[in-house]
Amino acid sequence: MIGVRLPTVLRPFAGGAERVEVEARSVAEAFAALDAPLRRRLTDEQGAIRRHVNIYLGDDNIRDLDGLGTPLDDGDELLILPSVAGG
Amino acid sequence: MSEAVLLIGTKKGLWIGRSDAARKDWQLDGPVPEFEMQGVYAVGIDTRGDRPRLFVGGTSEHWGPAVFHSDDLGKSWAEPPEGSIGFPEDADASLERVWQIQPGPPGQPGVVYAGSEPQALWKSTDGGVTFELVRGLWDHPHRSEWGAGFGGAAIHTVVPHPTDPDRVSVAMSTGGVYRTADGGATWSPANQGIQAKFFPDPYPEFGQCVHKLAAHPDAPERLFAQNHHGVYRSDDGGAVWTSIADGLPSDFGFPIVVHPHEPETVYVFPLVADANRIPTGAQCRVFRSRDAGATWEPLAAGLPDVSYVPVLRDAMSTDTADPAGVYVGTRDGCVYASPDAGDGWVEVARHLPDVLTVRAAVVG
Repeated sequence: MIGVRLPTVLRPFAGGAERVEVEARSVAEAFAALDAPLRRRLTDEQGAIRRHVNIYLGDDNIRDLDGLGTPLDDGDELLILPSVAGG
Repeated sequence: MSEAVLLIGTKKGLWIGRSDAARKDWQLDGPVPEFEMQGVYAVGIDTRGDRPRLFVGGTSEHWGPAVFHSDDLGKSWAEPPEGSIGFPEDADASLERVWQIQPGPPGQPGVVYAGSEPQALWKSTDGGVTFELVRGLWDHPHRSEWGAGFGGAAIHTVVPHPTDPDRVSVAMSTGGVYRTADGGATWSPANQGIQAKFFPDPYPEFGQCVHKLAAHPDAPERLFAQNHHGVYRSDDGGAVWTSIADGLPSDFGFPIVVHPHEPETVYVFPLVADANRIPTGAQCRVFRSRDAGATWEPLAAGLPDVSYVPVLRDAMSTDTADPAGVYVGTRDGCVYASPDAGDGWVEVARHLPDVLTVRAAVVG
């Protein structure tokens, strides 16, 4: 199982959960396994990760790995964080 | 028991004003939790059904855009799991924000239009729960030449014909006015007579920066437009436009709305100029014409005598009550309501974030 840890603002889209678990072998598969209202807030309708959303695997931003294609192993944890943006 | 509801979309969330039908004393709810920190560029109130349906189009800079609806006057909000609105895969585009949510005419139940950035028109036939891209406009050969105004490349206004479901007019910055007479399959620019000072040819076929478009359902061939410099009227459905700015202190501004019961009564909010976007005279003044733009009068009673902030394109609207209500929201977060067609104004809110859009209705 893959753990996906959510920031407070996204928890209403996961039934209030701080962390959800999905079966996946890549970040793309992990996102595909999320409930649609949560998934849509992380990726746009073409499947691209939203510009100001950061997803970390350990200390690495997946943009610095293989993006949505980044492979995952059982027990991995993804951390979703909003970037520092806006005013 | 009738009550008034006023949706106030701001750069950082939604507020809801509530009043009795007199619309003189307002209570303010908000920020509404579902839309905190979202830019609420579009709100709508559909009064055609058994109960009013409210719409909010909000965009989170982090989590993207979404359209929600409420059937209990804003106590709870819903969207379908897969979302209300989004580009199909072959469009190769992603929705940035929704700029307009426009319920259709009374004779077209279930029809709701939306305008978006990037420049696209959307149509719902299920009461605004889900929207589909209007392909005829998206595939228009001019699309690659439409520009982005300072606010973004958006279809910001949708004016459906009141009785002919095949006829719709839209406005975009920049691009101008386009209209269809075949239900959206084909679209033609409708900007003849509208000046575009920012081009070498000041009268191009399209490319004008129209800020807002308005029409009255009893006079559907008459359209009003507030442009990026220029206030215009068309008496032939948009084929030809003539200036109605002579009686105004400036032809620059963003909103224009028509009185719900008087097709010749129209409201604008003049700003000094493109290069100086503050109210003329540094006073918060709505200008009203009761003769379709031939003459204008400033409306002052209850509005601030000193103001340096604009009213944005969608931050002026009317309700359909009698006497008609008129509403304006300013970029310094004030909202004013007139329960008597603009003769007098009361303050509904102050110190909100920039007001982007207002819509009101008397319901029940």
